[in-house]
Amino acid sequence: MRIVVGMGSCGIAAGAKDVYQAICAIKKTDDDFTVGVTGCIGMCFLEPIVDIYDDKKNLLHRMGNVRVKDVALIVQALRENNPDRLAPLCITPENADFLKKQTRIALQHCGVIDPTDINDYLASDGYQALQKVLKSMMPEEVIEEIKISGLAGRGGAGFPTWFKWDAARKAPSNTKYMICNADEGDPGAYMDRAVIEGDPHSLIEGMLIAAYAIGAQDAMVYVRAEYPLAIIVLEDAIKQALDKGFLGQNILGSGFSCNIRIKAGAGAFVCGEETAMLESLEGKRGMPRLKPPFPAEYGYNGKPSNINNVETFANIAWIINNGGKKFAALGTEGSKGTKVFALTGKIKRGGLVEVPMGMTLREIIFDIGGGIRKDKEFKAVQIGGPSGGCLPASLLDTTIDYKALNATGAIMGSGGMVVMDSSTCMVNMAKFFLDFTAKESCGKCTHCRLGTKRMLEILSRITEGKGKEGDIELLEELSYAIKDGSLCGLGQSAPNPVLTTLNYFRDEYEAHIVDKECPAKECTELLVYAILADKCTGCTLCARKCPTGAIHGEAKKLHTIDQDACIKCGQCVDLCRFAAISIEGGSRHADN
Amino acid sequence: MNDCKCKMNNDLSLIKDVLLEYGNTSSNTITILQKTQEIYGYLPVDVIYHIAARIGSTPAKVMGVATFYNQFNFQPVGKYLIMLCQGTACHVNGSQRIEKAICEELKIKDGETTPDGLFTIKNVACLGCCSLSPVMMIDGETYGYLTPEKTIKILNDFRKRGQKTCEL
Repeated sequence: MRIVVGMGSCGIAAGAKDVYQAICAIKKTDDDFTVGVTGCIGMCFLEPIVDIYDDKKNLLHRMGNVRVKDVALIVQALRENNPDRLAPLCITPENADFLKKQTRIALQHCGVIDPTDINDYLASDGYQALQKVLKSMMPEEVIEEIKISGLAGRGGAGFPTWFKWDAARKAPSNTKYMICNADEGDPGAYMDRAVIEGDPHSLIEGMLIAAYAIGAQDAMVYVRAEYPLAIIVLEDAIKQALDKGFLGQNILGSGFSCNIRIKAGAGAFVCGEETAMLESLEGKRGMPRLKPPFPAEYGYNGKPSNINNVETFANIAWIINNGGKKFAALGTEGSKGTKVFALTGKIKRGGLVEVPMGMTLREIIFDIGGGIRKDKEFKAVQIGGPSGGCLPASLLDTTIDYKALNATGAIMGSGGMVVMDSSTCMVNMAKFFLDFTAKESCGKCTHCRLGTKRMLEILSRITEGKGKEGDIELLEELSYAIKDGSLCGLGQSAPNPVLTTLNYFRDEYEAHIVDKECPAKECTELLVYAILADKCTGCTLCARKCPTGAIHGEAKKLHTIDQDACIKCGQCVDLCRFAAISIEGGSRHADN
Repeated sequence: MNDCKCKMNNDLSLIKDVLLEYGNTSSNTITILQKTQEIYGYLPVDVIYHIAARIGSTPAKVMGVATFYNQFNFQPVGKYLIMLCQGTACHVNGSQRIEKAICEELKIKDGETTPDGLFTIKNVACLGCCSLSPVMMIDGETYGYLTPEKTIKILNDFRKRGQKTCEL
């Protein structure tokens, strides 16, 4: 038997390392089980996760939210061969459904194999696709297979992968580069990190097949600096692949040579844009280039280059092994295969979800994700990060499909899916994204540099209760100007969060501007704190602790809040033992 | 320059090996700056001049690259760098409350360092641990499901650890 602990970044953050060390500490040499690690299975809401496998690698038990104090019991149960004792720790069938409703291709090995040991990958048919390609396929045949599969870039734009490869293959040059975009900058998306940490060899194998297809001998992975564990795991995997002869000179005796280097990003969101990434790889400020020429003609150091996202590469080996047709059988007319989403926010079961294209948002959020925390009402789902949009409940039956999502004003993007309930203010959410894009704009295009700043100012004043008539129209005008006047995807899509919230939640903007009210009760400046006469006991606690002395009242008598002095810090609400302080979204209600 | 805390007489030999390995081309500028920051904890001005001369660039160009990226610091940072995630999921799950708790506890604002040199706080875009939001990273370690109370407890643990190493 084998005990396996999920040690992805999020598992470790939830305490997996302590659990792993505790198991190792009490394991005796004569114990009849081994201890191992794996990456992220995607059931992040259950971390730390401990699995028990039999010797034939069948999963016997999966335990969630395991604490160090549970370790003794787990080890004891295995020693006594008494699995019943594990039952209280095992995940519920309901939670197990989270995985059952998924179709895993890019994530097929994540949380299953040991990412630190290449032999585990090899035992799961690892590097079979590479061997097949090198021994029996011409580069053109590889590209044709990818064309049949219908695979489109998973980084956000959804451009057909085969087309880019074909263009790079046909570009005349002896030196070409294969580049992996692992600069996963969209806040709320982390599937690329999970793939690198949990299945680094599938990335390496995908990159090698792509390099062979376009004729590149040099490959690079541009990884975000915020992912230290991913860099360590990938470095180690590259070393092991070199030792086994899957990388380097004359790979598997085929005459094809390719090396992979890691370049750590330095924290700039715009570097996820492919031409900005090229500039950054060349050691410059990461500012996008004018296209054309496209990277397939003029890329890294002016040579033909191809750039794909981590998730795209993670699909390649599966497509070669199983055939492009099988991949194309999944999904919809215009969007083939599966897509990984990072389901987060106010969701019950948050984590990584890989589903066939064509599934509806409702199925992902409610059937897989289990719905909203505390069974609150669903309000919106944000898809596609700062370039995407917020979709309301009425659009929950939208299918996962590039075209269908674009029609709503959101985008597929890299797959961030942040779910919100009634406590999230949509104006504040739009402001949050504009704050992000205004900071991350590289400054090259005036519309993006200044336009996002002006939009942020307008949104800020709206959330502070200083919104003016005409602000909504001004936001719309600026949005379209920025879209037209920006060179790269960052600027072209930066207004999307504002446009979609204006489209679907316009009443919330109007409430802020006209009624000076925040319906979600999130915008601090607009809130009104009041003391409820029927609940206040006059204990004086709030009056004594109020930092600005805004609360007045005698002992055992009703207290009142001086609205002019109140700074809306919320301390009185936390302090009050009688729930006597009410919060209203605006003065209109408080006056009544 | 009166407020500048950078030392202007840094030991340039510390990055000798880095420059030997990467200094042959300006396309390694970012890697060199990253390794330099690992050594000094930040990018001192005199070291930037030295790097520029060695890679055949100008201080303005190197500085231009360095200031473009969020990772680089131009002032000494604390022993423990708190990277507080302000990604979408963390925002939705209350990262502002965590920021408020940290800033009140340490009496510093985003980007500042405590007078004892123990902590620096930096807001970052997304640490990719969204399912555990709100999260922060200190010393490469991620802490999830933060509440103001839990955050302050973690800070106190680091404070104890930091003071202990100072005594040794």
